[in-house]
This record gives sequence, structure tokens and C-alpha cells, in this order.
Amino acid sequence: MSAGRPAEALVTADRDACIGAAQCAYSAPDVFDQDDDGYVLVRDPRPGPDAREAVLEAVDLCPARAILFREAADGS
Amino acid sequence: MENTTALPGLSAAPPFPQQRACPYQPPAAYEQLGAQGPLSRVTLFDGRVVWFVTGYPEARLLLADPRISADRQRPDYPAVAPRFQAEVAKRLVLIGMDPPAHDEHRRLLNPDFSRKRIAGLRPVVQGIVDQHVDRMLRTGPPADLVRDFALPVPSRVISEVLGLPPEDLEFFQDASRRLLQATTGAESQDAGRELIGYLDALATRRRTEPGPGLIGRLAREEVAAGRLSHADLVQIALVILVAGHETTASTIALGAITLLDHPDRLARMRAAPDTVPAVVEEVLRCVAVTDLAGVRVATADIPVAGQVIRAGDGVLVSATMANRDDRVHRDPLAFDTDRTGRSHLSFGYGIHQCLGQSLARLELEIAFSTLFTRIPTLRLAVPADRLPTRPPGSGTVQGVNELPVTW
Repeated sequence: MSAGRPAEALVTADRDACIGAAQCAYSAPDVFDQDDDGYVLVRDPRPGPDAREAVLEAVDLCPARAILFREAADGS
Repeated sequence: MENTTALPGLSAAPPFPQQRACPYQPPAAYEQLGAQGPLSRVTLFDGRVVWFVTGYPEARLLLADPRISADRQRPDYPAVAPRFQAEVAKRLVLIGMDPPAHDEHRRLLNPDFSRKRIAGLRPVVQGIVDQHVDRMLRTGPPADLVRDFALPVPSRVISEVLGLPPEDLEFFQDASRRLLQATTGAESQDAGRELIGYLDALATRRRTEPGPGLIGRLAREEVAAGRLSHADLVQIALVILVAGHETTASTIALGAITLLDHPDRLARMRAAPDTVPAVVEEVLRCVAVTDLAGVRVATADIPVAGQVIRAGDGVLVSATMANRDDRVHRDPLAFDTDRTGRSHLSFGYGIHQCLGQSLARLELEIAFSTLFTRIPTLRLAVPADRLPTRPPGSGTVQGVNELPVTW
């Protein structure tokens, strides 16, 4: 992954707020997963620019508003 | 709503619910309300005037707002049909409760409905669907798609999830249908009492006599450990059964009508199986089987879209209309399987969003792809506009009582 890039995109999820609807795992399966209890796991907290749209969709559709996406300074 | 009687427009609050003329399109009166703006008002059967939310962003804001209550036991909670005044309908775990009780129950159930667990059910669901198509092909044409396919398939699937003995299926299907389609409080009470009595006995048995499925696991692990009351387990099983059965059944039936009304779309789905999930999302958006994404009551004054919803006001969130918000969907009345994204409220929004949505998606995908692949000449045996839609007195869940088909 892109460990050396400055100000890279960062995805975090609030597992206490998560209700296990799995919208994020549908939108961006490379970035999000569910644990055995059905709650969100961030598989890739620093996804590349290709995943941007899918992550934005996951943020938008999350019914518990549990996903935070801090975009990189260069917009990637 | 005495707080808002001075506001203009109250006299124009049309009755709710109203019957759809087309099974997958809103009644004309709802479209007129939607055209007025994201918030309007409707009048319920008992004369109460409540807010009617038709805008997609406003609907999501309200459904995610902790000042909005889903607690059916509150005296100011609005009843959209007489049957919801029945006591059995008021005490409703998950759907009709607020945090923290809601969250505790949901936490117990989430593992069984996670995407991975549901994906593991694919062969089971495929087997059930194939069995019913086999039977249709053996005994037909013609067939009643509701009786022979749409109703029994989800019933079998949810019974599998709950771990019900197969010999009880017929009773279950009948009693849950009577509970959902009841037009009076008394009918609702009777069907509810029968189901509760049955589930009560099964949950009791499962504490000492292990069995499969959700009821078996919760009885053995959670009730025995004192983390869940026996009464709440019975309620949870009832809610899952009812919510998982009729909604999926009606979406299969109304989705089949929608697809048969759009033969070009149907042909493309058949030719490209990887498009089935997108077709399912568009069916979900258009059919919006529960019609409402939520029935709520405000517990504080909430300003939204230039108006103020007052504490104590009833709020109906229309999935049928929010799914057709032209700020979100281009040409919103069109059935367009090329849409991307899942911007619809057919599973609700906020903490109450459908627990079983991954299961519903799986069932709908397998049902539509199998049905139209194995019976490629399937067609309606009566014109779509002659199929009776549900009368408004029974509530807001959409559906047809029968669907004659041939091939």
C-alpha cells in the first residue's frame, strides 16, 4: 500500500455506532468487511484513489453514520 | 398535533394510506404531495394529521435523528391502520423500540444476519427456490405465483433461519399472513396470539431440547444465561418471522410484475446474470414494499426544510416517495436497471435499518434469476391493471393476494 505518501486518505469506522447493516461491505468490499458478529472492520484504512468513489458511497449509505473518510490533501 | 393546527395547509392533508393504481408506482395523491416539497401532511384513519416526508435527504436526516422515537408504546405514537391499535402490535421488539433496549436486541441478532453468514445460505436458498420452480413446472401451467412461489419461498427460508420444525410451516404462513393483512384490531390480536402461543411453546422446548437456528441458539445461550428474557425471545422470533416473510414475498410478486412489464429489461437481465444485483436494487427502489420507511413520533421540536416538527407530532417517512426524489434520481418514475448505487429507503435508514437486508437481497437475486431463466416464457395470465392491490384499510405493506401466471 501507500505507506510513504504524505497526507494520505484515511478511513476509520466507529464500531460502537455500527449496526451491522453491511452497506459498506457492499459498496467497497476491498476496504470494509464484517467481523463474525456482523460489525464493521476496516480492512484497508488507507485505500488508493481507485477506491475513492466506493468509499464515499459507503460513507453516504451507512445508516448509522459510522464511517469517517478523511481525504488526502491532494484529493486522491 | 394541536401545536401545529395554526399552520397553513392542514386542510389540504389528504387521507393516508391510499391505494396504488399500479403495483410499483405511487398513488397520484402522494405524487402531488411530493411535488409540494419535502414535507407535507396527511390525515390518518382516526382523523389525526401527521407529517408526511417525501424528500430523500430530509427522510434520512429524520430517521437518523435521536429525537425521533420508534416506540410504539408511547401514547402519541401514530397508528396508520386500525390493526396497529391492537395491544399485540404495540409491544414490538426491534422495530417498535428505542435504544437502549433496541440496541441490546439487535446486538444479539446481528451475527446471524451478517453478510458472510447469509452468503453461506446461498445453496439452501437456491435449493428452496429450485424446489418450488420444479413444482410449478410439474403441475402447471398455469400457476398462482403468490401461492406457489412468492409466499412459500421466503417462508421456508426464514423458517430455516429461525429453526422451525418443517411440519409447522403451513400454520406459520397462514397465521403471519393473517396478522399482516388484518383490517381490524381483533383480527390482528387473534393471529398474533396464535403465533405468540406457538413460538412461546417452541422457545420453551428449545431450552431443554436443543434445536437448530436462531431460536435454538438464543434459547440455549442467551435465555439460559439470563441475558434475554423468554418473553423477548418470543417477540424477536415473531418480528423476524413477520418482517422476513411477507415483505420478501410481496417484493418477489411485485418485482415479477415490474419485470414482466419491462420485457427489454427482463431480456437484458436474463442475458447478463451479473446485472441481477442491480435489477434487485431497482426493484427494491420502485416497489418499496413497506411503503413507509418509518412511522415515528418527535420527542422534541425539530427544524427541518424550513418547518418545525413539534414534540409530539407524528411523522411518516415515505419510502415510496423518497425513493423518487428527483434531486437524487433522474427520471425517478422510470424503472431503470442501469442505475448505480443503492440510494433508496426500502430497508429504512438509521439504527432501525433492516436487519435482514442481506438475506432479502440474496433471496430476491436467486428468485428472479432462477424463475426467469428456468421459465423463460413466463407471463401474466391476466392484465397487470386488473390485479387487485391491497386495500388501504389493511395498512401500508404492498402486495397482491394472487398473481395468475402461465408459460
